[in-house]
Amino acid sequence: MPPAAAAEQPSSDALSLRVPEPHGRPGDAPAFAGLLNSRAGNVRRPPVDAPARGMEDLAASLIRVLDDDGQAVGPWCPDLSDPELLAGLGDMLKVRAFDSRMLMAQRQGKTSFYMQCTGEEAVACAFQRTMRPGDMNFPTYRQQGLLITAGYPLLDMMCQVLSNSRDPLKGRQLPVMYSARTHGFFSISGNLGTQFIQAVGWSMASAIKGGTAIAAAWVGDGSTAESDFHSALVFASTYRSPVVLNIVNNQWAISTFQGIARGDGPTFAARGVGFGIPALLVDGNDFLAVYAAAAWATERARRNLGPTLIEHFTYRSAAHSTSDDPAVYRPKAEHEAWPLGDPIERLKTHLILKGIWSEAQHTQAVDEIESEVLGLQKQAESFGTLRDGPPLSPREMFLDVYHEMPPHLQRQRQQAGF
Amino acid sequence: MTSRTMIEAIRDAHDVMMEREPNLVVFGEDVGFFGGVFRCTKGLQKKFGSHRCFDTPISENGIVGAAVGMAAYGLRPCVEIQFSDYMYPAFDQIVSEAARLRYRSAGDFSAPMTIRMPVGGGIYGGQTHSQSPESLFAHVCGLKTVMPSNPYDSKGLLIAAIEDEDPVVFLEPKRLYNGPFDGHHDRPVVPWSSHALSEVPDGYYRVPLGKATVRREGGAVTIVTYGTMVHVALAATQESGIDAEVIDLRSLVPLDEEAIIESVRKTGRCVIVHEATRICGFGAELSAVIQESCFYHLKTPIRRVTGWDTPYPHAFEWQYFPGPGRVADEIRLALED
Ligand SMILES: Cc1ncc(C[n+]2csc(CCOP(=O)(O)OP(=O)(O)O)c2C)c(N)n1
Repeated sequence: MPPAAAAEQPSSDALSLRVPEPHGRPGDAPAFAGLLNSRAGNVRRPPVDAPARGMEDLAASLIRVLDDDGQAVGPWCPDLSDPELLAGLGDMLKVRAFDSRMLMAQRQGKTSFYMQCTGEEAVACAFQRTMRPGDMNFPTYRQQGLLITAGYPLLDMMCQVLSNSRDPLKGRQLPVMYSARTHGFFSISGNLGTQFIQAVGWSMASAIKGGTAIAAAWVGDGSTAESDFHSALVFASTYRSPVVLNIVNNQWAISTFQGIARGDGPTFAARGVGFGIPALLVDGNDFLAVYAAAAWATERARRNLGPTLIEHFTYRSAAHSTSDDPAVYRPKAEHEAWPLGDPIERLKTHLILKGIWSEAQHTQAVDEIESEVLGLQKQAESFGTLRDGPPLSPREMFLDVYHEMPPHLQRQRQQAGF
Repeated sequence: MTSRTMIEAIRDAHDVMMEREPNLVVFGEDVGFFGGVFRCTKGLQKKFGSHRCFDTPISENGIVGAAVGMAAYGLRPCVEIQFSDYMYPAFDQIVSEAARLRYRSAGDFSAPMTIRMPVGGGIYGGQTHSQSPESLFAHVCGLKTVMPSNPYDSKGLLIAAIEDEDPVVFLEPKRLYNGPFDGHHDRPVVPWSSHALSEVPDGYYRVPLGKATVRREGGAVTIVTYGTMVHVALAATQESGIDAEVIDLRSLVPLDEEAIIESVRKTGRCVIVHEATRICGFGAELSAVIQESCFYHLKTPIRRVTGWDTPYPHAFEWQYFPGPGRVADEIRLALED
C-alpha cells in the first residue's frame, strides 16, 4: 500500500478536522441552555408580499405565539376560530392515539415496523389546516398528521400498516409509507429527500398549466444533507414556483444530532437566505405558531409570490422507529427537558385559559379518541395482519409494475402459481 | 479462533485493519458514536478516535465523493452506505468517478476504497431496504464487486477489499448478519454459533478477491450462487436428496470462471440462483459464460432461479425470493431428459 501523499510529521501548521458533537450523550444531563433565542410574541411579521431581501432575520429568530402561561401573543397570533382550535387539538390527540396503538401492534408482531411522531404532532396538524383540496403534500414518513387532519380514514391507514387484505397499497409498501392522492398526500419513498425536488416540480407544473394548486415539501433536518434538498432550493428559487419547503428539525437523525447536517450554519432556515427564498424559523411545538407561519407561506404561494422555506424547530421524543433505541445515543431524559414543551399540552393549556376547554373535557376527549381508535384497530385486524388472518393474494405482487403486464411478467406470475 | 456472527466478523475486520493500516478511515451515517444501524462499526470511534471513524451528514453522494478525494490523497476510506437501496444518490460518484479515476488519468490518480452496504431482503424491509443491486455494480468497469455468505469469508474478504488497490463494492446480505437462513419463514433462524463458518480466526487473514469456493461437492448438477442464496441452495440440495455441487462465488467481479466451468463440465447441468430480479441480473452473465465454455458438456439447458421482475414487495417477500422449494423444483427440471 502506498504511503499517504503528503508528509505527516506533526508540525505547528498541522491541519485538523472538526467533527461536531452533540450537547449530551447517555449519562450526561440534558443541556438545552441558550437554545431559545426569542420570547413568544417577539418576532416581527412582515407583510405577505414583502420582498425576501430584508427579512433575513426571520431565519434566525424563533417565531413563537404561545407563551409559557398559554397566552397567545404577538404579531403572528393567528386568526383561528374556537371550533378550528378545538379541531386542531382533536387532530393531534388522534395522531398520538393512533401512534400508540400502531406501536403496540408492531410490538405484538401484527406488523413489521412503525414510526411515531410523538412530540411533533403540531407541525403536520397545524400546517394541513392551511392546505386546500387539490394542493399536494410531498411528505416524509413522520407526517401522519397531514393525513389525519385531511380526514383520511384511520381504518385505511391501519390496513396499510398491517399490510392486510384491505391494504390500499396491496402489501407492496413498508408500513407508514402511505399514499393518498385524494387527500393531497403523495406516495412516500423510503429514500430520504427525493420528494423535496418533486414537490417543486409539481408546483412548477401547476404554474405552467395556470392552475391554482400549491405544493408543500417535507424533509427532516438530517435529510437536508441530501442533494435533492439542494436541487429543490435551486429550482424553487430560479422559477419562483408556488411551493412551501418544510424542514422538520426534530434534533435527531437516528443517532446523529442535527449539528452534523447543519455544520456551522446558524439554522436550517438560513439555507433559504442564500437562494433568496424567504425563510421562517418557527416553534414546531406551538400549534398557533406553526399555523401562522404556514398560513403566511401558503398565502404567498397562492398569490404567486413564490416559495417559502420553513424550519419547524421541534424534538423527536420517541425512538426514531421500532428498530431504534435512543437510550444508546442521547441523554435519557432529554425529551423531558425539551424547553418548548409538548404541543398537545401547550394547546390544551391555551384553550383552557381561553375558557373553551377544561381538564374534564380533555380527559373525556382522550378516552373517546382512544376507544374510537381501538375500535377501528379491531375492525382493521378483522381484515388480517401481516402475519395472520385473510391474506392478500401474492398475485398483487405482479400488478402495477407496468401499466399493462408484459409477457415476461405474465409468465413469471404463472410460474409462481398466482 | 472465535465464533462470530457476520456483524462481529465485519467489525473485527475493521478493527484489525485500523490497527495495521494508519491510513484507513471509516465513516458513514450513524457509523461513529452509534456504530452503525447494524452495529458493524461499534466501538471503533471509541478506540481509534473521531478522525478515523466518524458520522457523516445524510449524503451518500457526499460520503462516496469525499472518499474518492481522500483516496486520491492517500487515505484508505472504508465507507458504509446504510442500505444498498440508498447508494443511488452516490451512483455517479461510484460509477463515473471512483471506478474510472485510474483509467482516465492513465494511472496518475486512483481511488482505492471500500464501499460497504447491506443488501437483500428477508427482514420485512419493504422496497427501500431490500434490494439486490449487484449487477448494477458488476456492469461497471473499474469496480470490484464482492458478496460474502458467512462470517469467515466476510472478515477475510473485507480485509482483502480494504487492501485492494481498486474501489471495491462490498455487499453484505443482511439476512445473514445474525445467522444463516435457508429461505423458509416458518423455520427459526439458525444462529451462526452452531455453524462451522462462524469460526473466525483472530487477527489478520485474507480471503482473496476473485476466488470462488465449493460449498458442497456433488455430481448430478452444479448450482452457482452467492450470498444468502448459498444457504437456500444447500437447503434445497439436502431436502431434495439431489447430489448437487454448490459453488459460492464470493466475488462477482473478478469472477472465478474456472471454478464454474470445471464444475459444470463435470456435472453437465447447471442451475443459477440469485435473489435479485431476473432480467439483466448477474445470472445472465453467468449463463453466457457457461454457454461459451461448457456448451458441449451441457446435458440440459442452464436454468435460473431468481427474484421475480417486480419491485421488492413488503408483504410477499417470502414468495418473491427463491426458497429451497423453488430451487429444488428447478434442479429436478435440470435433471430431466
Ligand atoms: C437516501 C437514504 N439514506 C439513508 C436512509 C436511512 N435513514 C432512514 S431515516 C434516517 C434519518 C433521517 O433523519 P431526519 O431527516 O432528521 O428525519 P427524522 O427521522 O428525524 O424525522 C436515515 C439515515 C434513507 N432512508 N434514505
